[in-house]
Amino acid sequence: MPQVTYVSYDGKSTTLDVPLGTSVMQAAVLHGVDGIVAECGGSCMCATCHVYVKDDQLAKLPEMELGEDAMLDGTASPRKPNSRLSCQLVMTPAMDGLVVNMPETQT
Amino acid sequence: MAPASVVIVGAGHGGFQVAASLRQNGFDGGITLIGDEPQLPYQRPPLSKDYLSGKIGLDLLLMRPEAFFADQRIELAMGVAVSEIDRAGKAVVLEGGKRLAYDHLVLATGARNRVPPLPGIELDGVCYLRNLAETETLKARLAAGRNAVVIGAGFIGLEFAAIARAKDIAVHVVELVDRVMARVVCPDTSAYFGQAHQKAGAVFSFGARVERIGGEDGKVTHVVLGDGRSLPADLVLISIGVVPNEELAAAAGLKVENGISVDEQLLTADPNISAIGDCASFPSRHSLRNPVRLEAVQNATDHARCVASRLVGKPYAYEALPWFWSEQGDLRLQIAGLTTGFQQVALRGDYDKGEYSAFCYAGDKLLGIESINKPADHAFARRLLAAGRNVTPEQAVDPGFDLRAAATARG
Repeated sequence: MPQVTYVSYDGKSTTLDVPLGTSVMQAAVLHGVDGIVAECGGSCMCATCHVYVKDDQLAKLPEMELGEDAMLDGTASPRKPNSRLSCQLVMTPAMDGLVVNMPETQT
Repeated sequence: MAPASVVIVGAGHGGFQVAASLRQNGFDGGITLIGDEPQLPYQRPPLSKDYLSGKIGLDLLLMRPEAFFADQRIELAMGVAVSEIDRAGKAVVLEGGKRLAYDHLVLATGARNRVPPLPGIELDGVCYLRNLAETETLKARLAAGRNAVVIGAGFIGLEFAAIARAKDIAVHVVELVDRVMARVVCPDTSAYFGQAHQKAGAVFSFGARVERIGGEDGKVTHVVLGDGRSLPADLVLISIGVVPNEELAAAAGLKVENGISVDEQLLTADPNISAIGDCASFPSRHSLRNPVRLEAVQNATDHARCVASRLVGKPYAYEALPWFWSEQGDLRLQIAGLTTGFQQVALRGDYDKGEYSAFCYAGDKLLGIESINKPADHAFARRLLAAGRNVTPEQAVDPGFDLRAAATARG
């Protein structure tokens, strides 16, 4: 099963098996990984599942849709070129080994 | 000084968030989270959306897995009702008589369905859509149903209508006033959504009163309207809003006024009791009329953070911008701010295409923005309103006006 590594703001790292079709946000919430709030439950409404993706992995991700792009403008921590909303990152085989860094705050 | 123990009554979005935020803020005392439903704390918005439609299961509904609560030393008391608050003794009395002492008590009791006093309301097939058990019942009915009558055209009624139509069930929506979502959106947005639901096959009766719910052998068969019409029904959804769960507070002598009265720090008149979320009546700088009581995840969770911060010695006045959302079929409605009391609306974008925002004003003051399939506008609306910035109606309708720049400007 593909794996995703979550790195908290203070550097703690957690690696999870994430089934294909599950979002990076859902897996984090299911396993109680700190740092992803996901207030709206994955509807791309709240921008509280913000993550920074390792730069060289950006191309492996699903393309960003307009809604996500817009909501990223409203994140609590600064938006960077490698910012994504993890509810929109639904696992594909190409995403195995993904590393996401949590921002300082989601709210 | 932080209290030694915090007891939270209500395990919805607000109650859960108080517990989680207390630990995030380094609170080391005891935390007990009491909920009257048997399940671990779960998210409510998906109930009327992806959970009802069958897109997601129970696992994805939970706020956190069970291990989280043990790790965070959050004591759970699920399926337990609180019968009384003993303010003098600083304890809550649980159903069955057990007492639980608190240093600080947070009331996050939420709201419950408003049940109309209609003949036939007790019939099998009369459904609600607020908690998980009700949703399970509704889901089962939906699988076998053919004719649904929805009483009340608010968010819940319309979200249900969209899902039922997608399953090819006949839907008739009965609404007392003359438009959908009249309490929360402007007439333009009501008109757009009303038409979209009609296009999807839902039938509406506006300005219509339900006389009674009719049945045979204890089961719903039809709904009779005030004008004498009879609508066939094997499922009736009651979605006419909610009432706050304030009785526990009132019985303890706390002030209630369409919700439990709290100050700008969400504290009741008792310094040991706070109230948050759907059950709390509070002053908001974003509202023309005060106090307000809001029914929203944002409100519950931001209230929770405010209280948790105060309890660890970092108090602040609550002033988060309210926002709301609804998903109905292909339509995504996002509202920033409180538009109650608006006098004028300026439309930005392509209304006919269903990609627009409605800027709502009282005089020249921008109260709030409704965005329909325009998430970018919503993101900017939240920043704009939170910062207290204004956009004139002339700017709002001007396609050349840069909303992003206005929302993200410094200073």
